Amino acid sequence: MTGYADFILLVVVVLDLYVVATSRLASCVHASAFQGVALALLSVALWAPSYKGGVDGHLLHLAFLSIGTLLVKALVIPQLVLRAIREANVRREVEPFVSLHLSVLIAAVLVGISFWLSSVLVLPIPAPTTLLVPVAFATVLVGFLVLVSRKKAVTQVVGYLMVENGIFIFGQTLVQRIPFAVELGILLDLLVGVFVMGIAIHHISRAFDHIDTELLSALKD
Amino acid sequence: MAMELALHVVVLLTAPLLLLGVIQKTKAWFAGRSGPPLLQPYFDFWKLLHKGAVYSRTTTWLFRAGPIVGVATALCAGLVLPLIGARSPLGFSGDIILFAYLLGLGRFFAMSAALDTGSSFEGMGASREAAFSAFAEPALLLCLAILCVPARSVGFADAFAALRSAPPGFSHPTYLAAALGLFAVLLAENSRIPVDDPNTHLELTMIHEVMVLDHGGPDLAFVLYGSAMKLFVVGALLVHVILPPPLEGGWEGAGVLVGGQLGLAIGVGCVESMMARLRLPRVPQFLVGASVLAGVGLAALLYRGTA
Repeated sequence: MTGYADFILLVVVVLDLYVVATSRLASCVHASAFQGVALALLSVALWAPSYKGGVDGHLLHLAFLSIGTLLVKALVIPQLVLRAIREANVRREVEPFVSLHLSVLIAAVLVGISFWLSSVLVLPIPAPTTLLVPVAFATVLVGFLVLVSRKKAVTQVVGYLMVENGIFIFGQTLVQRIPFAVELGILLDLLVGVFVMGIAIHHISRAFDHIDTELLSALKD
Repeated sequence: MAMELALHVVVLLTAPLLLLGVIQKTKAWFAGRSGPPLLQPYFDFWKLLHKGAVYSRTTTWLFRAGPIVGVATALCAGLVLPLIGARSPLGFSGDIILFAYLLGLGRFFAMSAALDTGSSFEGMGASREAAFSAFAEPALLLCLAILCVPARSVGFADAFAALRSAPPGFSHPTYLAAALGLFAVLLAENSRIPVDDPNTHLELTMIHEVMVLDHGGPDLAFVLYGSAMKLFVVGALLVHVILPPPLEGGWEGAGVLVGGQLGLAIGVGCVESMMARLRLPRVPQFLVGASVLAGVGLAALLYRGTA
Protein backbone atom coordinates (compact mmCIF):
# COMPACT_ATOMS: atom_id res chain seq x y z
CA MET A 1 0.00 0.00 0.00
CA THR A 2 1.66 3.21 -1.10
CA GLY A 3 -1.18 5.36 0.22
CA TYR A 4 0.69 6.70 3.22
CA ALA A 5 3.76 7.48 1.10
CA ASP A 6 1.60 9.37 -1.39
CA PHE A 7 -0.03 11.25 1.46
CA ILE A 8 3.37 12.25 2.83
CA LEU A 9 4.54 13.31 -0.63
CA LEU A 10 1.49 15.51 -1.02
CA VAL A 11 2.25 17.08 2.37
CA VAL A 12 5.78 17.76 1.11
CA VAL A 13 4.42 19.61 -1.94
CA VAL A 14 2.03 21.60 0.23
CA LEU A 15 4.92 22.60 2.48
CA ASP A 16 6.90 23.66 -0.61
CA LEU A 17 4.09 25.97 -1.59
CA TYR A 18 3.70 27.20 1.97
CA VAL A 19 7.35 28.25 2.07
CA VAL A 20 6.83 30.20 -1.14
CA ALA A 21 3.60 31.79 0.08
CA THR A 22 4.49 32.82 3.62
CA SER A 23 6.01 36.17 4.45
CA ARG A 24 7.53 35.29 7.82
CA LEU A 25 11.04 33.98 8.11
CA ALA A 26 10.33 31.77 11.11
CA SER A 27 7.39 30.10 9.34
CA CYS A 28 9.67 29.29 6.42
CA VAL A 29 12.08 27.57 8.77
CA HIS A 30 9.29 25.74 10.61
CA ALA A 31 7.91 24.54 7.29
CA SER A 32 11.27 23.16 6.28
CA ALA A 33 11.52 21.44 9.68
CA PHE A 34 8.12 19.82 9.08
CA GLN A 35 9.38 18.77 5.69
CA GLY A 36 12.24 17.04 7.48
CA VAL A 37 9.74 15.14 9.65
CA ALA A 38 7.79 14.20 6.53
CA LEU A 39 10.93 12.87 4.85
CA ALA A 40 11.82 10.76 7.89
CA LEU A 41 8.32 9.29 7.82
CA LEU A 42 8.52 8.86 4.05
CA SER A 43 11.38 6.41 4.18
CA VAL A 44 9.48 4.39 6.79
CA ALA A 45 6.26 4.46 4.75
CA LEU A 46 8.04 3.37 1.58
CA TRP A 47 9.74 0.51 3.32
CA ALA A 48 6.94 -0.74 5.59
CA PRO A 49 5.02 -2.78 2.95
CA SER A 50 8.06 -4.96 2.27
CA TYR A 51 8.79 -5.58 5.96
CA LYS A 52 8.83 -9.30 6.74
CA GLY A 53 9.60 -9.20 10.45
CA GLY A 54 12.86 -9.63 12.30
CA VAL A 55 15.94 -7.47 12.43
CA ASP A 56 18.24 -7.43 9.43
CA GLY A 57 20.77 -5.11 7.82
CA HIS A 58 18.10 -3.32 5.89
CA LEU A 59 16.17 -2.46 9.04
CA LEU A 60 19.29 -0.96 10.58
CA HIS A 61 19.95 1.11 7.49
CA LEU A 62 16.41 2.33 7.53
CA ALA A 63 16.51 3.20 11.21
CA PHE A 64 19.77 5.08 10.70
CA LEU A 65 18.44 6.96 7.70
CA SER A 66 15.15 7.82 9.27
CA ILE A 67 16.39 8.84 12.69
CA GLY A 68 19.34 10.68 11.13
CA THR A 69 17.01 12.63 8.89
CA LEU A 70 14.75 13.45 11.79
CA LEU A 71 17.61 14.68 13.96
CA VAL A 72 19.43 16.67 11.30
CA LYS A 73 16.62 18.07 9.19
CA ALA A 74 13.88 18.50 11.74
CA LEU A 75 15.85 19.47 14.84
CA VAL A 76 19.48 20.53 14.40
CA ILE A 77 19.35 22.60 11.23
CA PRO A 78 16.11 24.47 12.02
CA GLN A 79 17.52 25.27 15.45
CA LEU A 80 20.70 26.62 13.86
CA VAL A 81 18.78 28.73 11.38
CA LEU A 82 16.36 29.99 14.02
CA ARG A 83 19.31 30.98 16.15
CA ALA A 84 20.80 32.80 13.19
CA ILE A 85 17.50 34.66 12.80
CA ARG A 86 17.49 35.56 16.49
CA GLU A 87 21.06 36.77 16.46
CA ALA A 88 20.80 38.71 13.24
CA ASN A 89 17.55 40.20 14.54
CA VAL A 90 15.46 39.79 11.40
CA ARG A 91 12.07 38.40 12.25
CA ARG A 92 9.78 40.09 9.84
CA GLU A 93 9.46 40.05 6.15
CA VAL A 94 10.84 37.78 3.52
CA GLU A 95 11.40 40.63 1.02
CA PRO A 96 11.11 38.74 -2.24
CA PHE A 97 12.31 40.02 -5.61
CA VAL A 98 9.02 38.88 -7.09
CA SER A 99 5.76 39.36 -5.21
CA LEU A 100 4.41 36.55 -3.06
CA HIS A 101 1.29 36.11 -5.23
CA LEU A 102 3.40 35.80 -8.34
CA SER A 103 5.85 33.41 -6.74
CA VAL A 104 2.98 31.12 -5.63
CA LEU A 105 1.80 31.04 -9.22
CA ILE A 106 5.33 30.41 -10.50
CA ALA A 107 5.66 27.60 -7.94
CA ALA A 108 2.40 26.10 -9.18
CA VAL A 109 3.73 26.22 -12.75
CA LEU A 110 6.96 24.58 -11.57
CA VAL A 111 4.95 21.80 -9.92
CA GLY A 112 3.10 21.31 -13.19
CA ILE A 113 6.40 21.22 -15.10
CA SER A 114 7.79 18.61 -12.74
CA PHE A 115 4.76 16.38 -13.28
CA TRP A 116 5.22 16.72 -17.02
CA LEU A 117 8.96 16.16 -16.73
CA SER A 118 8.60 12.95 -14.80
CA SER A 119 6.01 11.63 -17.20
CA VAL A 120 8.48 11.88 -20.10
CA LEU A 121 11.44 10.65 -18.06
CA VAL A 122 12.14 6.90 -18.07
CA LEU A 123 13.87 5.61 -14.96
CA PRO A 124 16.10 2.53 -15.11
CA ILE A 125 14.70 1.45 -11.74
CA PRO A 126 10.94 1.84 -11.28
CA ALA A 127 10.14 4.28 -8.49
CA PRO A 128 8.43 2.83 -5.38
CA THR A 129 5.43 5.09 -5.92
CA THR A 130 4.46 7.09 -8.97
CA LEU A 131 4.31 10.40 -7.11
CA LEU A 132 7.87 10.13 -5.84
CA VAL A 133 9.71 11.46 -8.90
CA PRO A 134 7.41 14.43 -9.66
CA VAL A 135 7.45 15.50 -6.01
CA ALA A 136 11.24 15.26 -5.96
CA PHE A 137 11.48 17.47 -9.04
CA ALA A 138 8.89 19.87 -7.67
CA THR A 139 10.74 20.26 -4.38
CA VAL A 140 14.07 20.84 -6.13
CA LEU A 141 12.59 23.40 -8.54
CA VAL A 142 10.66 25.26 -5.86
CA GLY A 143 13.82 25.22 -3.75
CA PHE A 144 15.67 26.89 -6.62
CA LEU A 145 12.85 29.40 -6.94
CA VAL A 146 13.23 30.31 -3.26
CA LEU A 147 17.00 30.50 -3.71
CA VAL A 148 16.87 32.97 -6.57
CA SER A 149 13.81 35.02 -5.66
CA ARG A 150 14.50 36.01 -2.06
CA LYS A 151 16.86 38.62 -0.67
CA LYS A 152 17.47 37.41 2.85
CA ALA A 153 20.26 34.93 3.45
CA VAL A 154 18.02 32.91 5.78
CA THR A 155 15.45 32.25 3.07
CA GLN A 156 18.27 31.24 0.79
CA VAL A 157 19.33 28.66 3.36
CA VAL A 158 15.75 27.41 3.44
CA GLY A 159 15.74 27.19 -0.35
CA TYR A 160 18.97 25.24 -0.23
CA LEU A 161 17.43 22.87 2.32
CA MET A 162 14.45 22.36 0.03
CA VAL A 163 16.74 21.46 -2.85
CA GLU A 164 18.40 18.99 -0.50
CA ASN A 165 15.03 17.57 0.48
CA GLY A 166 14.15 17.08 -3.17
CA ILE A 167 17.39 15.22 -3.74
CA PHE A 168 16.64 13.12 -0.66
CA ILE A 169 13.25 12.18 -2.08
CA PHE A 170 14.85 11.29 -5.39
CA GLY A 171 17.40 9.23 -3.47
CA GLN A 172 14.56 7.08 -2.16
CA THR A 173 14.45 5.40 -5.57
CA LEU A 174 18.00 4.15 -5.00
CA VAL A 175 17.83 3.44 -1.30
CA GLN A 176 16.84 -0.21 -1.80
CA ARG A 177 19.98 -0.86 -3.87
CA ILE A 178 22.78 1.17 -2.33
CA PRO A 179 21.54 2.47 1.02
CA PHE A 180 24.95 3.47 2.35
CA ALA A 181 25.83 5.73 -0.52
CA VAL A 182 22.53 7.51 -0.24
CA GLU A 183 22.78 7.98 3.52
CA LEU A 184 26.30 9.30 3.46
CA GLY A 185 25.67 11.51 0.49
CA ILE A 186 22.60 13.04 2.00
CA LEU A 187 23.78 13.66 5.52
CA LEU A 188 27.32 14.86 4.76
CA ASP A 189 26.33 17.08 1.91
CA LEU A 190 23.63 18.64 4.01
CA LEU A 191 25.78 19.30 7.01
CA VAL A 192 28.54 20.87 4.92
CA GLY A 193 26.02 23.02 3.13
CA VAL A 194 24.48 24.28 6.33
CA PHE A 195 27.85 25.00 7.88
CA VAL A 196 28.83 27.04 4.86
CA MET A 197 25.53 28.88 4.99
CA GLY A 198 25.74 29.37 8.73
CA ILE A 199 29.19 30.86 8.45
CA ALA A 200 28.09 33.02 5.54
CA ILE A 201 25.09 34.34 7.46
CA HIS A 202 27.22 35.00 10.47
CA HIS A 203 29.75 36.93 8.44
CA ILE A 204 27.18 38.93 6.52
CA SER A 205 25.39 39.91 9.70
CA ARG A 206 28.68 40.80 11.35
CA ALA A 207 29.90 42.89 8.47
CA PHE A 208 26.74 44.72 7.53
CA ASP A 209 24.58 44.45 10.64
CA HIS A 210 21.86 42.69 8.70
CA ILE A 211 21.54 39.71 6.40
CA ASP A 212 20.30 41.27 3.22
CA THR A 213 22.48 39.94 0.41
CA GLU A 214 21.50 42.62 -2.03
CA LEU A 215 24.15 44.97 -0.69
CA LEU A 216 26.84 42.43 -1.55
CA SER A 217 26.24 42.92 -5.26
CA ALA A 218 26.99 46.60 -4.88
CA LEU A 219 30.50 45.87 -3.62
CA LYS A 220 33.38 46.96 -5.82
CA ASP A 221 37.07 46.22 -5.48
CA MET B 1 -36.36 5.17 -1.42
CA ALA B 2 -39.24 7.66 -1.41
CA MET B 3 -38.88 7.83 2.35
CA GLU B 4 -35.22 8.70 1.95
CA LEU B 5 -35.85 11.46 -0.58
CA ALA B 6 -38.55 12.94 1.64
CA LEU B 7 -36.09 12.91 4.53
CA HIS B 8 -33.54 14.61 2.24
CA VAL B 9 -35.93 17.48 1.52
CA VAL B 10 -37.00 17.83 5.15
CA VAL B 11 -33.41 17.90 6.40
CA LEU B 12 -32.40 20.38 3.71
CA LEU B 13 -35.25 22.71 4.61
CA THR B 14 -34.99 22.58 8.39
CA ALA B 15 -31.37 21.86 9.35
CA PRO B 16 -29.35 24.79 7.88
CA LEU B 17 -30.19 27.35 10.58
CA LEU B 18 -29.09 24.89 13.24
CA LEU B 19 -25.53 25.05 11.82
CA LEU B 20 -25.41 28.78 12.53
CA GLY B 21 -26.53 28.07 16.08
CA VAL B 22 -23.81 25.46 16.54
CA ILE B 23 -21.15 27.83 15.20
CA GLN B 24 -22.33 30.58 17.57
CA LYS B 25 -22.35 28.19 20.52
CA THR B 26 -18.81 27.06 19.72
CA LYS B 27 -17.60 30.64 19.53
CA ALA B 28 -19.37 31.47 22.78
CA TRP B 29 -17.76 28.46 24.44
CA PHE B 30 -14.32 29.63 23.28
CA ALA B 31 -15.00 33.10 24.62
CA GLY B 32 -16.22 31.71 27.95
CA ARG B 33 -19.76 33.00 27.48
CA SER B 34 -22.92 30.95 27.60
CA GLY B 35 -24.00 32.41 24.26
CA PRO B 36 -27.41 32.59 22.61
CA PRO B 37 -29.58 29.47 22.65
CA LEU B 38 -28.86 26.85 20.01
CA LEU B 39 -32.13 27.60 18.25
CA GLN B 40 -31.61 31.37 18.18
CA PRO B 41 -31.29 31.54 14.35
CA TYR B 42 -34.76 29.97 14.11
CA PHE B 43 -36.18 32.58 16.49
CA ASP B 44 -34.51 35.33 14.47
CA PHE B 45 -35.87 33.89 11.25
CA TRP B 46 -39.39 33.70 12.72
CA LYS B 47 -39.16 37.23 14.09
CA LEU B 48 -37.95 38.68 10.79
CA LEU B 49 -40.70 36.93 8.84
CA HIS B 50 -43.31 38.80 10.89
CA LYS B 51 -41.86 42.21 10.22
CA GLY B 52 -42.79 44.52 7.40
CA ALA B 53 -40.33 45.43 4.65
CA VAL B 54 -39.25 48.89 3.55
CA TYR B 55 -38.05 49.41 0.02
CA SER B 56 -36.10 52.38 -1.22
CA ARG B 57 -37.54 54.16 -4.26
CA THR B 58 -34.29 53.67 -6.18
CA THR B 59 -34.61 49.89 -6.08
CA THR B 60 -36.20 47.77 -8.76
CA TRP B 61 -37.40 44.18 -8.97
CA LEU B 62 -33.76 43.04 -8.86
CA PHE B 63 -33.52 44.09 -5.22
CA ARG B 64 -36.60 42.07 -4.30
CA ALA B 65 -35.48 39.09 -6.38
CA GLY B 66 -32.04 38.84 -4.74
CA PRO B 67 -32.97 37.08 -1.48
CA ILE B 68 -35.51 34.80 -3.15
CA VAL B 69 -33.08 33.71 -5.86
CA GLY B 70 -30.47 33.20 -3.14
CA VAL B 71 -32.71 30.73 -1.30
CA ALA B 72 -33.88 29.11 -4.54
CA THR B 73 -30.38 28.47 -5.89
CA ALA B 74 -29.14 27.11 -2.56
CA LEU B 75 -32.21 24.88 -2.38
CA CYS B 76 -31.69 23.57 -5.94
CA ALA B 77 -28.00 22.98 -5.23
CA GLY B 78 -29.06 21.02 -2.14
CA LEU B 79 -31.55 19.02 -4.16
CA VAL B 80 -28.99 17.83 -6.73
CA LEU B 81 -26.41 16.91 -4.08
CA PRO B 82 -26.91 13.48 -2.49
CA LEU B 83 -27.35 14.12 1.23
CA ILE B 84 -28.52 10.80 2.63
CA GLY B 85 -27.66 7.68 0.68
CA ALA B 86 -26.54 7.53 -2.91
CA ARG B 87 -29.39 9.41 -4.57
CA SER B 88 -30.70 12.93 -4.59
CA PRO B 89 -34.18 14.12 -5.59
CA LEU B 90 -33.02 16.02 -8.68
CA GLY B 91 -29.72 14.28 -9.43
CA PHE B 92 -28.83 13.62 -13.07
CA SER B 93 -25.64 12.74 -14.88
CA GLY B 94 -24.23 16.28 -15.17
CA ASP B 95 -25.31 17.72 -11.85
CA ILE B 96 -21.81 18.71 -10.63
CA ILE B 97 -21.66 21.40 -13.32
CA LEU B 98 -25.14 22.60 -12.42
CA PHE B 99 -24.15 22.70 -8.76
CA ALA B 100 -21.19 25.02 -9.46
CA TYR B 101 -23.31 27.31 -11.62
CA LEU B 102 -26.17 27.44 -9.12
CA LEU B 103 -23.78 28.74 -6.48
CA GLY B 104 -22.54 31.31 -9.00
CA LEU B 105 -26.08 32.36 -9.93
CA GLY B 106 -27.04 32.95 -6.30
CA ARG B 107 -23.99 35.10 -5.82
CA PHE B 108 -24.67 37.03 -9.01
CA PHE B 109 -28.15 37.95 -7.79
CA ALA B 110 -26.91 38.88 -4.33
CA MET B 111 -24.41 41.25 -5.93
CA SER B 112 -26.99 42.66 -8.37
CA ALA B 113 -29.40 43.33 -5.52
CA ALA B 114 -26.63 45.13 -3.64
CA LEU B 115 -25.77 47.27 -6.67
CA ASP B 116 -29.45 47.97 -7.24
CA THR B 117 -29.72 49.95 -3.99
CA GLY B 118 -27.41 52.63 -5.40
CA SER B 119 -25.55 52.81 -2.09
CA SER B 120 -21.79 53.21 -2.41
CA PHE B 121 -21.14 50.97 0.57
CA GLU B 122 -23.17 48.17 -0.94
CA GLY B 123 -21.40 48.65 -4.25
CA MET B 124 -18.09 48.29 -2.44
CA GLY B 125 -19.30 45.08 -0.81
CA ALA B 126 -20.47 43.75 -4.16
CA SER B 127 -17.16 44.52 -5.80
CA ARG B 128 -15.28 42.77 -3.00
CA GLU B 129 -17.59 39.79 -3.22
CA ALA B 130 -17.03 39.65 -6.99
CA ALA B 131 -13.25 39.87 -6.61
CA PHE B 132 -13.02 37.17 -3.96
CA SER B 133 -15.45 34.82 -5.63
CA ALA B 134 -13.37 35.10 -8.79
CA PHE B 135 -10.55 33.63 -6.74
CA ALA B 136 -12.73 31.08 -4.93
CA GLU B 137 -14.33 29.69 -8.07
CA PRO B 138 -11.20 28.07 -9.59
CA ALA B 139 -10.60 26.35 -6.25
CA LEU B 140 -14.17 25.03 -6.19
CA LEU B 141 -14.00 23.84 -9.78
CA LEU B 142 -10.63 22.14 -9.28
CA CYS B 143 -11.95 20.37 -6.16
CA LEU B 144 -15.00 19.21 -8.10
CA ALA B 145 -12.68 18.04 -10.90
CA ILE B 146 -10.82 15.89 -8.37
CA LEU B 147 -14.15 14.23 -7.59
CA CYS B 148 -15.01 13.79 -11.28
CA VAL B 149 -11.78 12.35 -12.64
CA PRO B 150 -11.76 8.95 -10.87
CA ALA B 151 -15.45 8.49 -11.67
CA ARG B 152 -15.04 9.59 -15.32
CA SER B 153 -18.36 11.36 -14.92
CA VAL B 154 -19.67 14.75 -13.90
CA GLY B 155 -22.51 13.41 -11.75
CA PHE B 156 -22.49 13.42 -7.95
CA ALA B 157 -23.94 9.90 -7.81
CA ASP B 158 -21.04 8.48 -9.87
CA ALA B 159 -18.43 10.60 -8.09
CA PHE B 160 -19.57 9.41 -4.66
CA ALA B 161 -19.76 5.83 -5.94
CA ALA B 162 -16.09 6.12 -6.95
CA LEU B 163 -15.29 7.64 -3.55
CA ARG B 164 -17.13 4.85 -1.77
CA SER B 165 -15.23 2.14 -3.64
CA ALA B 166 -11.89 3.84 -2.94
CA PRO B 167 -10.04 2.29 -0.02
CA PRO B 168 -10.47 4.38 3.13
CA GLY B 169 -7.91 6.41 4.98
CA PHE B 170 -4.81 8.01 3.54
CA SER B 171 -4.71 5.87 0.43
CA HIS B 172 -6.26 8.66 -1.59
CA PRO B 173 -4.39 11.78 -0.57
CA THR B 174 -5.84 13.68 -3.51
CA TYR B 175 -9.26 13.53 -1.86
CA LEU B 176 -7.67 15.07 1.18
CA ALA B 177 -6.36 17.91 -1.01
CA ALA B 178 -9.88 18.31 -2.36
CA ALA B 179 -11.29 18.38 1.18
CA LEU B 180 -8.84 21.06 2.31
CA GLY B 181 -9.52 23.12 -0.81
CA LEU B 182 -13.24 22.79 -0.27
CA PHE B 183 -12.88 23.90 3.33
CA ALA B 184 -11.18 27.08 2.16
CA VAL B 185 -13.93 27.58 -0.41
CA LEU B 186 -16.55 26.97 2.28
CA LEU B 187 -15.03 29.67 4.48
CA ALA B 188 -14.85 32.12 1.57
CA GLU B 189 -18.24 31.37 0.03
CA ASN B 190 -20.06 31.68 3.31
CA SER B 191 -18.12 34.72 4.44
CA ARG B 192 -16.65 33.10 7.52
CA ILE B 193 -13.62 34.40 9.37
CA PRO B 194 -10.32 34.27 7.60
CA VAL B 195 -12.03 35.90 4.63
CA ASP B 196 -14.91 37.89 6.08
CA ASP B 197 -16.23 38.47 9.58
CA PRO B 198 -19.96 37.77 9.96
CA ASN B 199 -20.09 39.74 13.23
CA THR B 200 -18.30 42.86 12.10
CA HIS B 201 -20.07 46.16 12.74
CA LEU B 202 -17.92 48.36 10.53
CA GLU B 203 -19.13 48.85 6.97
CA LEU B 204 -15.60 49.43 5.69
CA THR B 205 -14.48 45.94 6.67
CA MET B 206 -17.61 44.06 5.68
CA ILE B 207 -17.99 41.99 2.55
CA HIS B 208 -21.14 39.91 2.64
CA GLU B 209 -22.84 41.80 5.46
CA VAL B 210 -22.54 45.15 3.73
CA MET B 211 -24.31 43.79 0.66
CA VAL B 212 -27.43 43.01 2.65
CA LEU B 213 -27.59 46.17 4.75
CA ASP B 214 -30.67 47.46 2.90
CA HIS B 215 -32.62 44.25 3.20
CA GLY B 216 -35.10 44.19 6.03
CA GLY B 217 -37.88 42.06 7.44
CA PRO B 218 -38.82 38.99 5.38
CA ASP B 219 -36.10 39.81 2.82
CA LEU B 220 -33.44 39.72 5.51
CA ALA B 221 -34.95 36.48 6.79
CA PHE B 222 -34.56 34.99 3.32
CA VAL B 223 -30.98 36.28 3.03
CA LEU B 224 -30.19 34.66 6.37
CA TYR B 225 -31.92 31.44 5.40
CA GLY B 226 -30.29 31.35 1.95
CA SER B 227 -26.78 31.85 3.28
CA ALA B 228 -27.36 29.24 6.00
CA MET B 229 -28.58 26.81 3.37
CA LYS B 230 -25.54 27.55 1.21
CA LEU B 231 -23.32 26.80 4.21
CA PHE B 232 -25.26 23.58 4.75
CA VAL B 233 -24.97 22.50 1.10
CA VAL B 234 -21.27 23.25 0.64
CA GLY B 235 -20.68 21.71 4.08
CA ALA B 236 -22.55 18.56 3.05
CA LEU B 237 -20.36 18.29 -0.04
CA LEU B 238 -17.24 18.61 2.12
CA VAL B 239 -18.54 16.05 4.65
CA HIS B 240 -19.25 13.59 1.86
CA VAL B 241 -15.82 14.01 0.33
CA ILE B 242 -14.35 12.99 3.68
CA LEU B 243 -17.03 10.42 4.58
CA PRO B 244 -18.79 9.23 1.41
CA PRO B 245 -22.52 8.67 1.94
CA PRO B 246 -23.39 4.97 2.36
CA LEU B 247 -25.15 3.34 -0.59
CA GLU B 248 -28.30 2.44 1.27
CA GLY B 249 -28.70 5.71 3.13
CA GLY B 250 -31.14 5.11 5.97
CA TRP B 251 -30.07 5.81 9.52
CA GLU B 252 -26.42 5.29 8.73
CA GLY B 253 -26.51 7.92 6.00
CA ALA B 254 -28.39 10.34 8.22
CA GLY B 255 -25.83 9.72 10.96
CA VAL B 256 -22.92 10.45 8.62
CA LEU B 257 -24.56 13.65 7.46
CA VAL B 258 -25.61 14.94 10.87
CA GLY B 259 -22.39 13.95 12.63
CA GLY B 260 -20.25 15.34 9.84
CA GLN B 261 -22.13 18.61 9.65
CA LEU B 262 -22.04 19.13 13.42
CA GLY B 263 -18.31 18.39 13.41
CA LEU B 264 -17.83 20.80 10.53
CA ALA B 265 -19.82 23.54 12.27
CA ILE B 266 -17.73 23.09 15.41
CA GLY B 267 -14.61 23.19 13.21
CA VAL B 268 -15.73 26.44 11.60
CA GLY B 269 -16.45 27.84 15.07
CA CYS B 270 -12.96 26.86 16.21
CA VAL B 271 -11.36 28.48 13.14
CA GLU B 272 -13.39 31.62 13.79
CA SER B 273 -12.33 31.72 17.41
CA MET B 274 -8.65 31.03 16.85
CA MET B 275 -7.82 32.92 13.68
CA ALA B 276 -7.73 36.60 13.05
CA ARG B 277 -9.36 37.80 9.92
CA LEU B 278 -6.93 38.18 7.00
CA ARG B 279 -6.11 41.60 5.69
CA LEU B 280 -8.01 42.20 2.46
CA PRO B 281 -4.92 42.00 0.19
CA ARG B 282 -4.05 38.65 1.79
CA VAL B 283 -7.41 37.05 1.01
CA PRO B 284 -6.65 36.38 -2.68
CA GLN B 285 -3.44 34.72 -1.60
CA PHE B 286 -5.38 32.41 0.73
CA LEU B 287 -7.75 31.49 -2.07
CA VAL B 288 -5.02 31.14 -4.69
CA GLY B 289 -3.30 28.85 -2.21
CA ALA B 290 -6.45 26.73 -2.03
CA SER B 291 -6.64 26.62 -5.84
CA VAL B 292 -2.99 25.65 -6.11
CA LEU B 293 -3.49 22.92 -3.51
CA ALA B 294 -6.45 21.52 -5.42
CA GLY B 295 -4.50 21.87 -8.66
CA VAL B 296 -1.60 19.87 -7.24
CA GLY B 297 -4.07 17.23 -6.06
CA LEU B 298 -5.58 17.08 -9.53
CA ALA B 299 -2.16 16.90 -11.19
CA ALA B 300 -1.18 14.05 -8.85
CA LEU B 301 -4.43 12.27 -9.63
CA LEU B 302 -4.06 12.63 -13.39
CA TYR B 303 -0.40 11.66 -13.23
CA ARG B 304 -1.12 8.55 -11.20
CA GLY B 305 -3.89 7.68 -13.59
CA THR B 306 -1.58 7.78 -16.60
CA ALA B 307 1.60 6.36 -15.07
